[in-house]
Amino acid sequence: MSIVSHMSDSGETMKIAIQGRFDFGSHQDFRESYDKNDSSVKEYYVDMAKTTYLDSSALGMLLLLRDHAGSSAIIKIINCNNEVFKIFEISNFDQLFEISAAK
Amino acid sequence: MSKAPQLKILITEDNIADCLIINKLVRDQGYQTVVAHNGIEAIDLFVKEKPDIILMDALMPKMDGFEAVKRIKSLVKDDFLPIIFLTSLNDDISLVSCLEAGGDDFLSKPYSPIVIAAKIQAFTRMITLHRTVQAQRDEITSRNEYLLQEQKIAKEIFDNVAHLGCLGASNIKHLLSPMSVFNGDVLLASRKPSGGMIVFLGDFTGHGLPAAVGAMPVAEIFYDLVVKGFGVERILHDINQKLHTILPVGFFCCASIVDINYAWERIEIWNGGLLDVLLKKNDGRVLPFKSLHLPLGILSAEAFNAECVECDMKVGERIYLFSDGIVDLKDREENEFALNGFANFLLKNEEPELIFSHIVEQEKLSFERNVSNIDDVTFVEILMISEDVVSSKHELVQNNELRGARDWSMSFEMFNQTIRDFNPIPLMLHITMEVPELRVFNNDVCMILSELITNGIDHGLLGLDSKLKNSSNGFQQYYDLRSERLTNLSGESLHISLRYLPNATGGVLVIRVVDTGAGFDFSQVDFDIPKASQMSGRGIPLLTRLCESIIYEGNGNTVEAVYRWVKLHDNNKL
Repeated sequence: MSIVSHMSDSGETMKIAIQGRFDFGSHQDFRESYDKNDSSVKEYYVDMAKTTYLDSSALGMLLLLRDHAGSSAIIKIINCNNEVFKIFEISNFDQLFEISAAK
Repeated sequence: MSKAPQLKILITEDNIADCLIINKLVRDQGYQTVVAHNGIEAIDLFVKEKPDIILMDALMPKMDGFEAVKRIKSLVKDDFLPIIFLTSLNDDISLVSCLEAGGDDFLSKPYSPIVIAAKIQAFTRMITLHRTVQAQRDEITSRNEYLLQEQKIAKEIFDNVAHLGCLGASNIKHLLSPMSVFNGDVLLASRKPSGGMIVFLGDFTGHGLPAAVGAMPVAEIFYDLVVKGFGVERILHDINQKLHTILPVGFFCCASIVDINYAWERIEIWNGGLLDVLLKKNDGRVLPFKSLHLPLGILSAEAFNAECVECDMKVGERIYLFSDGIVDLKDREENEFALNGFANFLLKNEEPELIFSHIVEQEKLSFERNVSNIDDVTFVEILMISEDVVSSKHELVQNNELRGARDWSMSFEMFNQTIRDFNPIPLMLHITMEVPELRVFNNDVCMILSELITNGIDHGLLGLDSKLKNSSNGFQQYYDLRSERLTNLSGESLHISLRYLPNATGGVLVIRVVDTGAGFDFSQVDFDIPKASQMSGRGIPLLTRLCESIIYEGNGNTVEAVYRWVKLHDNNKL
């Protein structure tokens, strides 16, 4: 599992890529990936292209990101594989985030 | 080495000269010493002085070093006691026998002060390390014991709050790990005062105490509201609101809830974040009820949606609710309960009464094979039964209370907005529950109130025709029309009055409902129970079985139901 975050030059867009299992063990890393930034970020992309698994505490961490980002920022979860997409579907997280499957 | 002077070293050496030399060398290093001249003395001193390190000559009179070390080692349990053999023997066989006796190292004669100092210091460091590890281990053990004890008590408290309700009912089968409190699953079931029951299955994020703590208010709200006659939507709203307030961001509860109405052979289902709830029909079909909502505790009250899906469920049909654990049962070669596999399994199954025992079997197998890290499976099967079976099994509570409301009347009038947004049944039941003797008949009272009030609103005020409900499409149409007309309601009112008076054999409750609608031709009311195939028109005929009389007045917009209860020892039948 590894989490890499990348900030655009403008400081308004942030991309967080999650590799491998996204579960309770990722808590600290995931938090650190966005925590160090001030709140000027307007758009977050959570890239799940290489995410193999997602559990309910990962869903909780996304809620924490949503809380951190505030209501004016947009969070997009992109490149979800079938398995991951199914979990978002069951939990109906598409009501909270823009979620798109892998192309 | 600051701790060195505190260590005590036992020197065992029969040669007086050697003994003096080595004693001086060790003392010069700052250690405390005690001296023995043979094995027997050494054991004696070991017991009395409790040395930290032993220097032991191999060959001595009376008892040699090998024997002494064996005996001493048998006396120490967990403690680390380094024993260094002092020996002039240099051959491998002698050195092996030193090790076999329990020695940790050797010092060869003639003694070098530097080697002695180095060896003793090395063992001193090991002793310190060993003692630290041991102290930590003991602390962990005692904390763990304490924690287990705490969990045991917490579980007891939890079980009292989140008790199993009516899960013992004959039409429910359930599987719940005994320590499930701490894996975050909660399963609740309660009979509704109007008959039927509500079953709730929740799966909290994470495990352990946070999940258990979150489950307690859920159970409390659930049992409190069901008994008072509140519907599923209100229960969900309250639970969501509570969890939204108390759970930290990132924690939530995936849940499904099923409201089962025996009289109408219908169910209402809400699923937020759990796997499909599955209904096995008598004709073999399996209907899935997908999660259509976010889990409980995430959305604020304004954003939360408690809308349920309704469906027919005939006598003999079974509905299944379960937590994620069932997916993990796929990790075995059977592979039959994977996400879609369980639905498939249900579909193929032709002996529905055996489904539950099959699941239990699978769970047992997975437990025996010790499949690592699987979630415990919480699983519940509910069988639709006819209402008569249920009521005959109702345990009637004996009431010995002396105080209570025994002669009273009340009236309550609702106008447009209240008719739209408020369910008056719990309020009414709250009052009728104050009559101690009437409490066991609360099911009946709730049913009469619900029917009369629903009729007053749906037919009296909104002018809906219940014949619409005779087809499945019609059902939807009926509810669409209902919500449209409710929204546009104006200038109407519904007046409900209750009057309770006791008499020698029991008591009489009179319920009057008056609506401001146009009324209807009540000479056409059919008081016979409709055929099973007919989907509507059951309400009033059912009430005639419960009530002494049901009389329409005026132009049909006033109805009065008389409910009489008779003391049980006078008449068991009622």
